[in-house]
Amino acid sequence: MTTTLRRVPPVVWVFLAVPAAVELGMVFWPALNSFYLSFTQWNGLGAAKPVGLDNFRALGSDEIFLGALKNNVLWAVGFGGLSVLTGLALAVALNRPRRGVGLYRSAIYLPMVFSLAVTGLFWRVQYQPDGTINTVLGGLGLGGWEKQWLADPDTALWAVLVAAVWRQAGYVMVLYLAGLKSTDPSLDDASAVDGASPWQRFRFVTWPQLRGVNTVVFAVTVIDSLRTFDIVWAMTQGGPYHSSELLSTYMFQQGFTFLNLGYASAIAVVIFAMALVFIITYLVRATKNEVEA
Amino acid sequence: MRGKSGWGFHAVMAPLTLLWVAPMIFVVVVAFRSFDDITLHGASAFPRSFTFDGFSTALGTGSMGRAMWISAQVTVPAVILSLLLSSFAAYALSRYRIPGRRAILLTMLAGNLLPPQILLIPVSRVMESLGIYDTLGALVLIHVGFGLGFYTFVLHGFMRSIPAELTEAARIDGAGPVQIYARIIMPLCRPSLAALGALATTWIFNDLIWAITVLRTEAKLPVTAALLNLQGGYVSNWNVVAAASIVAAVPTAIVFFAFQKHFVSGLLMGSTK
Repeated sequence: MTTTLRRVPPVVWVFLAVPAAVELGMVFWPALNSFYLSFTQWNGLGAAKPVGLDNFRALGSDEIFLGALKNNVLWAVGFGGLSVLTGLALAVALNRPRRGVGLYRSAIYLPMVFSLAVTGLFWRVQYQPDGTINTVLGGLGLGGWEKQWLADPDTALWAVLVAAVWRQAGYVMVLYLAGLKSTDPSLDDASAVDGASPWQRFRFVTWPQLRGVNTVVFAVTVIDSLRTFDIVWAMTQGGPYHSSELLSTYMFQQGFTFLNLGYASAIAVVIFAMALVFIITYLVRATKNEVEA
Repeated sequence: MRGKSGWGFHAVMAPLTLLWVAPMIFVVVVAFRSFDDITLHGASAFPRSFTFDGFSTALGTGSMGRAMWISAQVTVPAVILSLLLSSFAAYALSRYRIPGRRAILLTMLAGNLLPPQILLIPVSRVMESLGIYDTLGALVLIHVGFGLGFYTFVLHGFMRSIPAELTEAARIDGAGPVQIYARIIMPLCRPSLAALGALATTWIFNDLIWAITVLRTEAKLPVTAALLNLQGGYVSNWNVVAAASIVAAVPTAIVFFAFQKHFVSGLLMGSTK
């Protein structure tokens, strides 16, 4: 392959240089700036004042930040775990072609095309005091469980999580459906003939063949969960009393509401550091595909 | 799963799917009810009214109509520019012996994987210094810049699979790099361009965080951001909120149904292969 690639004419350099310059200016240069800003104190006017590690030290004793960090971990586990479990179960159920499967699949991944903001509002309608959730609970005789789901600090984060999983599960299902398509059906049939139960067949025959997809799904969901912003912003804005605060929403408030630009940048750097491992995982996987292709 | 008749399968899947779509159905029902009906009988009561009031308020005073037009003005150029620039880069990296091309490709992809939070504050500053802060041009520019890495990566994978003989023959016939790009490579890339186009359209249309980062004037906000503003202004007018969120959901739902195959293959690009 390599030998057939041509020597590089000048116009091709231009082809590469223009997009590269746009990405440098819009992504890499700003990212470097954030690192710099995280070591400063700045309100956007005048010059940023270097303060060394002060911002990071302050983060260590900032209750709201620590709460958001804890929520973010819960979020990553809950959001990742639930959407992977649901998506995988649905993919296994809807893998074999049969009547109606197409309809089920479309219905389940339809929410994925809505924006997170739309999803958030859809669910606000469900969670309002006389919305579907409370009405269904009342109808089941569980009136005592009715709540102001989004206004209660005990439930707000989880209420948002349900909405987010509702949207994400379809995406995970699509990824797993593709993964299942590339598994070898004859192995599954053979083990069925040998008398393996459906669970054994899944656990010992199908699951090991899904390793590649698992890596991608894992990296993608963790990266997504660290980025999560829109849906929380649309449903609770991190409240009540910061109970559904995530690092991204706290960062946005610090940066754009309070104009603590240095401090907000420090939070952004923490988000970056947490995402880094998973970004690398994804890149390694991508490189492997490049080599195999 | 077991049993060839599939009764058990449908007995589980049909109610489950219904449960899945129930929130959407409920929102649609609420959107078509009148405000009085909802206040009087409760949001979950059986509908006793049918009206387009929610939609006309959302599109009119709720300014969703204006926001929709703004979103179109942002999404169309951003998608076209993204695909154009990324196809340039992918062409250069896949068909020519550019030193360090793999490192360049992966660096570009890595840029797309960065959490946007690490870019927000400096991006708004960069836009200010370019003198385009609070303009739709700024929003287009950041969408293009941030998405480029991923689109380039996907298109690169596809362009590399185009046999070298095709371009070689054209070259011998005297075609230059630009002609080869325009007459051979791009036409062959149509399926992956369609898939990426469908995907990019929904991403850009659905964006919230970049819009509220580079725009300040309320009258310039695209759909998602305008939707949240509207929600603040019509707190208990659930019919208006529901109607507005449906308005915001319809364009991407259309893209999805029109390009369902492309859309799904787009999602799979760069993830499993």
